[in-house]
Amino acid sequence: MNLLLKIWRQKGPNSPGKMVDYPVTDISEDMSFLEMLDVLNDQLVVKGEEPVSFDHDCREGICGMCSLYINGQAHGPERLVTTCQLHMRSFKDGETIYIEPWRAKAFPVVKDLVVDRGAFDRIMNVGGFVSVNTGGAQDANCLPVSKVDADKAFDAATCIGCGACVATCKNSSAMLFVSAKVSQLALLPQGKIEAQERVLNMVEQMDVEGFGNCTNTGACEVECPKGISLENIARMNREYLSAALTGEEKKEITGGF
Amino acid sequence: MGLTGLFLISFLVVHASINACIWFNDGGETFTFYAHFMGTNTIVHFIEAGLFAGLILHIVDGLLLWKQNRDARPVQYAYNNPGKNSTWYSRSMAVLGTLILLFLVIHLYDFWAPNRVEYVTTGEEKDLFQMMQERFESLPIVLLYCAGCFSLFWHLLHGFKSAFQSLGLNHSKYNKAVEVAGIAFSIIVPAVFALMPISMYFHLVH
Ligand code: HEM
Ligand code: SF4
Ligand code: FES
Repeated sequence: MNLLLKIWRQKGPNSPGKMVDYPVTDISEDMSFLEMLDVLNDQLVVKGEEPVSFDHDCREGICGMCSLYINGQAHGPERLVTTCQLHMRSFKDGETIYIEPWRAKAFPVVKDLVVDRGAFDRIMNVGGFVSVNTGGAQDANCLPVSKVDADKAFDAATCIGCGACVATCKNSSAMLFVSAKVSQLALLPQGKIEAQERVLNMVEQMDVEGFGNCTNTGACEVECPKGISLENIARMNREYLSAALTGEEKKEITGGF
Repeated sequence: MGLTGLFLISFLVVHASINACIWFNDGGETFTFYAHFMGTNTIVHFIEAGLFAGLILHIVDGLLLWKQNRDARPVQYAYNNPGKNSTWYSRSMAVLGTLILLFLVIHLYDFWAPNRVEYVTTGEEKDLFQMMQERFESLPIVLLYCAGCFSLFWHLLHGFKSAFQSLGLNHSKYNKAVEVAGIAFSIIVPAVFALMPISMYFHLVH
């Protein structure tokens, strides 16, 4: 198939960028979207032009690196797939395809289609963990977990941190991501101990990073490649409300011994 | 947003119920009875002050939200397709709210303000039923009121269920009920409001 690609090109974080047209020919519909871009980049290298930079790693839908806004939708037109799992058969011969980076203040463009999603890491750093002592593993029956909670926690834990929820949200809100990370721990006994602190800290960091606020349009749930449910956002709102009302006040930890 | 929104919704119920009394077709007697109570009772005056505070909070909070959310994406997409994943009215709450606000200013100027001025200066109340009859002789005004109710319909269609989600009230057992109640409420309340000027215009109310 032959296509006209309109791709966002930007040299560096502070340079201006623009959409540039690239016609590509003889694309197989069995190629993945990223393979199609590989073909384009090969051609650009041969011509002595700068190849298009884009993020990718596993190319099997599990790492969360790939991140393209394709024809006005995060990860393209299909439901429940990442960009790397999108195939060219989802497009028509002769189609014009717009390819843009995630757009959000909290995700600055590094180069071309690559954005810095370090904001997600910083949110994880303030609460996306449990503090458990190492040592001999205790008997699993000491920590009973209901099947329902285990399933919900597991569903939330399938979030791969790709950022499609932010990219697609009209407010660039990170609520789906943060709520998945809060939920996967809040639902389990190991996570209960730090639950209040966690939700307060992670939400605070989310705001510091400059993400917008959730207005419940539900776009994130539709575009999320892992089908993370809005139920998680409601759970986080509950957790946050109760933690804000009843949680201990933050203590500054000062000095050593 | 959720709390103030639901508070305003509770006001709509009272307001719509009292105004619906015009359809008793008793020359506005029942309506005037309740309107008089609402206009002169001291406790109601306090609640009214609370209502204005709630409205202003809702508006300020809403506009702040709108500003923050707009700033969160400094560079827009060259090509965006939001219709694939969300409804237009859920994305247009600030615009719909502003339309409601414009309508409210006109609406308060029509009825609430003259009546209050009269009450404060003379201790008497205006005949609100008659004022309605006169005001709704004019077709443009009737259409304007219908447009106001139409904006309210879309605002509520998203707002009602959105408020529950914001407060964390999401449960697979009740989600359907909240959604259905939201749709029913968004249709019934604005429709009841819109039917008032319409039935007055066609002289169906005596
Ligand atoms: C009788 C009048 C009104 C009622 C009953 C009402 C009700 C609601 C409700 C229930 C919500 C959802 C809250 C949430 O998601 O947590 C909402 C949101 C909102 N309202 Fe209102 N509202 C009214 C008037 C207004 C006015 C006059 C404005 C003026 C600007 C306004 C602006 C907004 C905005 C900006 C939101 C944002 C939330 C979003 O984008 O989802 N509303 N309203
Ligand atoms: S919630 Fe979904 S869209 Fe958002 S980061 Fe996780 S996997 Fe990606
Ligand atoms: S490259 Fe790993 S999810 Fe797409």
